[in-house]
Amino acid sequence: MSLTLLSICELRRKLRSREASPPEALDALETRIGKVEPVIHGYLSRDYAAARALAEKADVNLPLGGVPIAIKDVINVSGEPCSCGSRILDGYKANYDATVIAKLRTAGAIPFGRCNMDEFAMGSSTENSAFGRSCNPWDPSRVPGGSSGGSAAVVAANEAFAALGSDTGGSIRQPAALCGCVGLKPTYGRVSRFGLVAFASSLDQIGPFTKTVGDAALLLNAISGRDPLDSTSLDEPVPDYGGLLGRDLRGVKLGMPREYFISGIDPQVDAAVRTAIRQYESLGAEIIEVSLPQTEHAVGVYYIIATAEASANLARFDGVRYGARAGAGNILEMYGRTREEGFGPEVKRRIILGTYVLSSGYYDAYYLRAQKVRTLIRDDFTRAFEKVDAIICPTTPEPAFKAGDRSDDPLKMYLADIFTIACNLAGTCGMSIPCGFAETDGTKLPVGLQLIGQPFQEARLLQIAHAYEQSTDWHKAAAPI
Amino acid sequence: MSDQFDVRYIAQLARLDLSDAEIAKFQSQLGQVLSHVEKLGKVDVAAVEPTAHANQIVNVFREDEPRDWFTPEIALANAPRSANGLFIVPKVIE
Repeated sequence: MSLTLLSICELRRKLRSREASPPEALDALETRIGKVEPVIHGYLSRDYAAARALAEKADVNLPLGGVPIAIKDVINVSGEPCSCGSRILDGYKANYDATVIAKLRTAGAIPFGRCNMDEFAMGSSTENSAFGRSCNPWDPSRVPGGSSGGSAAVVAANEAFAALGSDTGGSIRQPAALCGCVGLKPTYGRVSRFGLVAFASSLDQIGPFTKTVGDAALLLNAISGRDPLDSTSLDEPVPDYGGLLGRDLRGVKLGMPREYFISGIDPQVDAAVRTAIRQYESLGAEIIEVSLPQTEHAVGVYYIIATAEASANLARFDGVRYGARAGAGNILEMYGRTREEGFGPEVKRRIILGTYVLSSGYYDAYYLRAQKVRTLIRDDFTRAFEKVDAIICPTTPEPAFKAGDRSDDPLKMYLADIFTIACNLAGTCGMSIPCGFAETDGTKLPVGLQLIGQPFQEARLLQIAHAYEQSTDWHKAAAPI
Repeated sequence: MSDQFDVRYIAQLARLDLSDAEIAKFQSQLGQVLSHVEKLGKVDVAAVEPTAHANQIVNVFREDEPRDWFTPEIALANAPRSANGLFIVPKVIE
């Protein structure tokens, strides 16, 4: 059996028993990549030689010793490009490692490959990449989701054992659902954002894409912790995230939010999620109906707050210090043309919206008001978590859609994030795990189950996810590519 | 409120040299988004404090001591134009 089919836990066993070596694992990936990348287009670049050199010296006794991990092209890895899916950073090479990368290296992992993404993490399909879209391994005519579509696709296609992505409004969980892998967004402040190119500073978190829940626990342990270089990271102790895996679900209470089970969800998604919920009951969990009344406002609040923060964060891309620069003209013309030529349409749309809602005369009506509704959204979750350990619901209203289906209708694209967005606004943790398939035109498309956990209770969340995973075979299904 | 949404003016604030076609397209697309967002006007936020960040941490300080970071060479390494340890840009002050 090819090494590329293994989870990290399985690979680790083989590496430590010397059945396989880190260079062999890397080479197996590179062969697989050569075979399927022409279809998937999940990677924007990879430095095989650098990774091979690290593989040869790898210490397999470290927690992730010798394990290659693919990195979304928005996280700085020293010596490598960090395009953010944009032309405005043409030529940029990182001069430092993001904190998560330094932590991965300390754990023995090998950053390998830069994953495609929606430009500056803005999008839900990876169609907004300036370098072409990535393809869903289950049906390449369909999107892998976004913005971390490349990361999800390469894991689902076994072109990577795991990948890092970032999640601002669902950009890890949604692609994980559409591609049939595990995606975890940690609690805001759990993982350092230092070295992550910022989209919305109060919402962004880095998290793992993996084949199994156990692997997600391993990766979360490797990257978590307070970082003096990120003043929004918290001094919460980092437990052993695998410590509760295997415990049964007696006494566990799961909340079904009535606002997340509405008409308009694809019937096959609804059926798969409800079947999973019944499975949870048979495993001993108690299912309770909860209400998150502010749900209808989540998308509106998000598209004010996230775009406002993005308009500030993207002001630095001006042609002065890095990346592309438009020629000629005075300084204002340089700024205006550099940004016009360098940014794609979705980025420009969001900068315009964000600038508007922060502008004089509109700040109170839009941004300040959105922040107040954000408090109400957060309170919804706090109240629900008084009654349940985690919230259970679909990750997306539909399975993977065809490329080109939404790209002309920004609002339709935004509304697809409806189930993932509130979790970022509330700042708590969430994950998507596979729970079955929908069938369309004879093609099987993965369906994702979302679990939203209490802040900093990722160990509990992983326990709950793991119990379901181990009682089904979804995680063993491989995309037909 | 959304009829005062002037894309051309906002683009100027955001230093984006949008084309006329883009301005027209965004005016329409973002107009739709703003209509959706107007619903927030109906929420009762009278007694509600704004949430800027999920975690209420304040005053994260460190000792006011210098430490090593990028050398000037590293800081300039990605510069489109540089000389004498400086980023070169078009004239700023007339």
